[in-house]
Amino acid sequence: MDPRLSVIDRRLEKIENIIAVSGGKGGIGKSIVAAASALILAKNGHRVGLLDLDFCGPCAHVILGTDKLYPEEEKGIIPPKVNGISFMSIISFTAGCPWALRGSEVSNAITELLAITQWGMLDYLFVDMPPGLGDPALDAIRLIKRMKYLLIATPSKVTLDVMKKELQVLEELNMRIIGILENMKRKENESLSSKLDGLKVSFLGSLDYDPHLEEAIGNVPELLKTGFARQLHEAVEKFI
Amino acid sequence: MHEWALAEAVIVAARQEAKKQNIKQITKVQVKIGELQQIDLDVFKFALENIQKIYDDLPLDENIIDLEVESNILKCKVCGKEWELQDLTHLKEDESEAIHFIPETAHAFMRCPGCGTPDFEIVKGRGVWIQSIEGVL
Repeated sequence: MDPRLSVIDRRLEKIENIIAVSGGKGGIGKSIVAAASALILAKNGHRVGLLDLDFCGPCAHVILGTDKLYPEEEKGIIPPKVNGISFMSIISFTAGCPWALRGSEVSNAITELLAITQWGMLDYLFVDMPPGLGDPALDAIRLIKRMKYLLIATPSKVTLDVMKKELQVLEELNMRIIGILENMKRKENESLSSKLDGLKVSFLGSLDYDPHLEEAIGNVPELLKTGFARQLHEAVEKFI
Repeated sequence: MHEWALAEAVIVAARQEAKKQNIKQITKVQVKIGELQQIDLDVFKFALENIQKIYDDLPLDENIIDLEVESNILKCKVCGKEWELQDLTHLKEDESEAIHFIPETAHAFMRCPGCGTPDFEIVKGRGVWIQSIEGVL
């Protein structure tokens, strides 16, 4: 019997809202939306956490501009604070080394991290989800039972198709869906909302493609000044 | 004291299972502790002793928890070589500590001694596991 499974709910019980930022495809902006949403809410005085669950391609730390993250040990591990956010990422343990491992071992690592992390009281925990519907995504669904999903899609037909498939699975599993947020919108008069016919989920709005966003990656004050962050702030107000 | 979190998991899981099986009194809990995780047994026992005092509806004496350290076996997925990591002291302190927290981080610091790939699995000796629970119905 795996004893770790018995304490995961306890580790998360003082968190009001757990929001998974997902969408199926890689490269659609899940990490930047998760990290920037967390930063925006923390700046507004909320207690916020960010969990980078993309173990094989973690990058939330790059967005936050930090790689020196040492959790404190106290009846488990306490996530280090980064720009006011309680931040947990596997990079705290892999020392910048690449981490190649198979699904069953990713599952074990996710279970371990969830069982030993003492988040404490939070208003919001954002979970930066891995792409796809493989072991890590299924483990997150299995282990973090109160997650609500914020789905990201770009105007691309490819990402939209993959996102719809993830949505279908989440609905089958009765997961709560916050809504769909369009990212990297390029054409002013063409919204993703027109392509969501038949879907029973809220459309939360569009974030324009911001050519200056890349320059602000790793620099939190600059990131929060971008057009992307301003538009995201409006979207976040809709779903919190 | 990261051992505390795992000790709590053992106590809570044993109690949950006992309730499920209508066990009124737990008489033995066999726990395997994987060598890779490098659990400090004294710290773990201290944590068990203190955590069990918190739960008085189904007392679980730390003396009935039988701890057995399981040696590790790693196996390469590519060339099939099996090996035992006998000495973790050659690792840097932060690498060893990372494996203590999350044994799978071994993939970041080790390679198969046969072919050099990171594509190996931890067959045995990973972490904390409840092998069996005995009690009085």
